[in-house]
This record gives sequence, C-alpha cells and structure tokens, in this order.
Amino acid sequence: MRRIGMNVDTGDTAWILISSALVMLMTPGLALFYGGMVRSKNVLGTIMQSFIALGVITIQWVLYGYSLAFGPTIGGIIGSFDWMGLRGVGLDPYPDYSATVPHQAFMIFQMMFAVITPALITGAFAERFKFKTYLVFLILWSTFVYDPLAHWVWGNGGWIKNLGALDFAGGLVVHISSGISALAATLIVGKRKGYGDEPMPPHNLTMTLLGAALLWFGWFGFNGGSAVASGSLATNAFVVTHISTASAALSWMMVEWAYRGNPTVLGAASGAVAGLVAITPASGFVGPVSAIIIGGVGGTVCYLAINLKFKFKYDDSLDVVGVHGVGGTWGALATGLFASKMINSTGKDGLFFGNPSLIGIQALSVVSAWIYSFVITLILLKILDWTMGLRVSEEHEINGLDISQHGEAGYSF
Amino acid sequence: MKKIEAIIKPFKLDDVKNALTKIGIQGMTVTEVKGFGRQKGHTEIYRGAEYTIDFLPKVKIEIVIQDEWVLQAIETIQRIARTGKIGDGKIFLIPIEEAIRIRTGERGKDAI
Repeated sequence: MRRIGMNVDTGDTAWILISSALVMLMTPGLALFYGGMVRSKNVLGTIMQSFIALGVITIQWVLYGYSLAFGPTIGGIIGSFDWMGLRGVGLDPYPDYSATVPHQAFMIFQMMFAVITPALITGAFAERFKFKTYLVFLILWSTFVYDPLAHWVWGNGGWIKNLGALDFAGGLVVHISSGISALAATLIVGKRKGYGDEPMPPHNLTMTLLGAALLWFGWFGFNGGSAVASGSLATNAFVVTHISTASAALSWMMVEWAYRGNPTVLGAASGAVAGLVAITPASGFVGPVSAIIIGGVGGTVCYLAINLKFKFKYDDSLDVVGVHGVGGTWGALATGLFASKMINSTGKDGLFFGNPSLIGIQALSVVSAWIYSFVITLILLKILDWTMGLRVSEEHEINGLDISQHGEAGYSF
Repeated sequence: MKKIEAIIKPFKLDDVKNALTKIGIQGMTVTEVKGFGRQKGHTEIYRGAEYTIDFLPKVKIEIVIQDEWVLQAIETIQRIARTGKIGDGKIFLIPIEEAIRIRTGERGKDAI
C-alpha cells in the first residue's frame, strides 16, 4: 500500500513552505509601503485594501481560483473546474508542477501570488475607492484577469507557456497585469479631489521604508520559491534578486539626486521595489552581473516612467504603472536579452547569449498581457461603476477613508 | 494684568523658559503652532511631486502677569529669543480682565 507523501523531498518542501510564508508577508509589507505614502486620514483604508486580499483571495483560490489557474487546461485558455474546492489537490506531489513537493504546498505558494497581485493595483486609486466595491473588484479581477493569465503563462498547456515565453516568478502574471490594470483604473476612477492644488505628501515615510524592507525580505520567497525546489536554481534566484534590488535602489537614488538635488529615502525604497519587480521574470534564468544591469536600468527607467503621469496628467497615486507596469515590462524583455541556459538548462538563451528568437517571444507575451489586462479591467470597472459606484462621495473623500469606510482612526494623539 | 503672547522659534523655548523663571515668572502655557511672516518656507519633492511648505513650525508662549513685570518680561523674551535672522517671531500684549485660580477661587493678583 502506498503511503501518502512518497517521493516527497523534505528539503524542497521545507523551502516551498517557507517561501509561501515569505510571500504572505509581502502583502502586509505592501500595505505598509503604500500606507506610509498616503495622507494620515487614509492610512487604515489603504492598509485594509492590501490586508483584506488575504481573506478574500484565499477563499476564492480554494473554491475555484486555483482550479482555473492551474487545473487541467481547456484549449490552453483556462483551467477546468476539476479542482474546485481543491478536490484532487492532495499531499502527494503533482509532477507537472511540483515533482518533489506536495501538491498542496505548490497550491498555497501560488495562492500568495494571487493574493498580492490585486493588492498592487490599489496604489493607483488610493484615497478614493469605495470599500464595498473593492471587495467585489477583488473577486472579479482575480477570476477574469489573474486566473486566466496565470493559466496562460504557468498552467500546464497554457498558450503563452507553449509559445516558449519565460516568466520565472511573475513578471507578466503579477507585475505587468497589475501595472497595466492600474492604468485602466486611474483612467476610469479619475484624479483625487484637489490633486494638483492641495499638497498630498506622504504622511509617514518610516512606515513606507519598513514596508519596502518587508517586501525585499519576502521577495526571496517570491523568486527563490519559484524554483519549486531547494538547491542551485533557488540559490540563483535568491542571489540575483538581491543584487538587482541593491543595484536599482542605488540607481534610482543617484538619478534623482542628479535631477532633483536630493538622494531621497522614498527614492531608495522605490528603486529597491523597481529592482525587485524587474528581476522577477528573469530570476531563474540570469546571472549576477546581468542582475546588476537589470536592476540598474530598471531603477532608472522606472524613475523616468513615474514622471510620465505628470506629462499625461493622470493620477496613478502610488505609481503602480511606473513601477510594476514599466518595471515588469523591462524585466520581461531583459529576460529575452540576458537568459542563459548555463544558469538554467530547462530555460533558453537570450539575445546576448546567441539566441535572437527569445526576445520576440517575450515581446509578444508582454503585449498580450498588456492588452488583456487593460481591456478586461476596463470592462470590469465600468460595470462596477454603473452598478455600485467606484468612488467614495466627495464628503467621504475629504473626511478620509479611515472614518468614512471603516469608522476608525489610524492615530489618536 | 496683562497677557504676553510670544511666537518664537521652537529651539529657543528652553532658553526663554529658563530666563523667565530666573526673573520670577512662575508659570506659562506653551503651544506648538505653524505660521509664517517674512520667512520663506521650503520645497519638498516626493517622487517627482513638488510641495511648497509655506507654514513653519513655531512655539507660542502665553504668560499672564502683573503690569509691573511686563516690561522686564518682554525685554527678556526678546533678548533670549532673538537670533538676528528672519523668522525670530513676534510678541503681543493683551489686557486681561480677570484671572481665577481654580483650586482656591482666588482672583486677580493672587491668582497669577
């Protein structure tokens, strides 16, 4: 009689479980990162939008989200409902995804990605979105954008995976999807009241920096755990993740110092996040020196990108488009340049290692993710706007989300 | 009885308080305030967004004293709080109609 858990490697499993916990920590880390950047009257409302994703997406994932994203494919477009309620997702390994790790460990690892991705979008419509509508948006966006996109890129039989595109830990699935969806959201939701006239500086950058540090820490699980094994590949992902982040933090800080006269804390923190985003798709395919370049370019490119919102006059309040959309795009394309089979023999070589075809495939996958995320998010938000309304009332926006949406105050001095 | 309201630079508070205590002034009320006169603010930049901060942090000291001590108190405050740079602050004098000590009910000179 077979015991449950034969073929399970304890080292691999330990690493995946730890990585799942690390990625889980990134969601409250994001909450603090964003929370410090808004005005104090909105700190709880902002934190809550990230935090509550842990509640909502967990249940959605278990009930049917995991099945849609990773279940048996229907035409390479979406998974079936075979694994609804995690039926069939047991404690034995599932070789297509996790040869040496219980299937449920892989499932819970992936769950944490599904949780944080929609939370990223909230930065775009900070300080003005209705909480009730947001809860519904979480469910709809996960179901109609995240789950299909995850299936295309990572699902067994997914069409982008079959095309040969490389996305180690979520450049397409997490960052481009949230970044471009954020663009759609800012266009529909509109600017904050008083934007451009009233000062809206960050109320607590110490909180933001703490959040950035937690993101950096958790990201070791985000990229390292995507090896779905403990060993050389996880090590590579861990190492290049760290290097890219450091490089990008310095890069953003220096560019801002030269352009604006000050090396800012917010710049260093933002640069670090940009570096984390950029290396995400590449982390299982590139080496340390490539990571310096990917992070260095990512920090500068994202810094320049956030200035676009002033040119085009849209209020992407916390720069989701500039950091995740643009950073993820650079990372996905950089993978097409710097990937090397010497790092990961199951991957491919990029342009700089003699294979010009990969960059084209990466570009195609990027454009597909852009278009799909943008269009579906636009439709979802339009429907929610007509039925429930997206924005809080003007009075509630002035009084702040904390008191109007949650009946609480973040601080009582 | 007069009330002296002095708006001074925050870092001068300790020196002013000590100097007033030395000349016999027993109590004061202090508030943290924001304001500007001729002193310019500064600019802060967060991710490319520029914010001009007009209001500067200041401290307001309020003391209520007998008429006989007013001149000396004002001279002390001005001497100690002055730096010579713009933004040193201002002193205002306000007549007080009555003062009452809550604990004992004393009024007038006995209350201050």
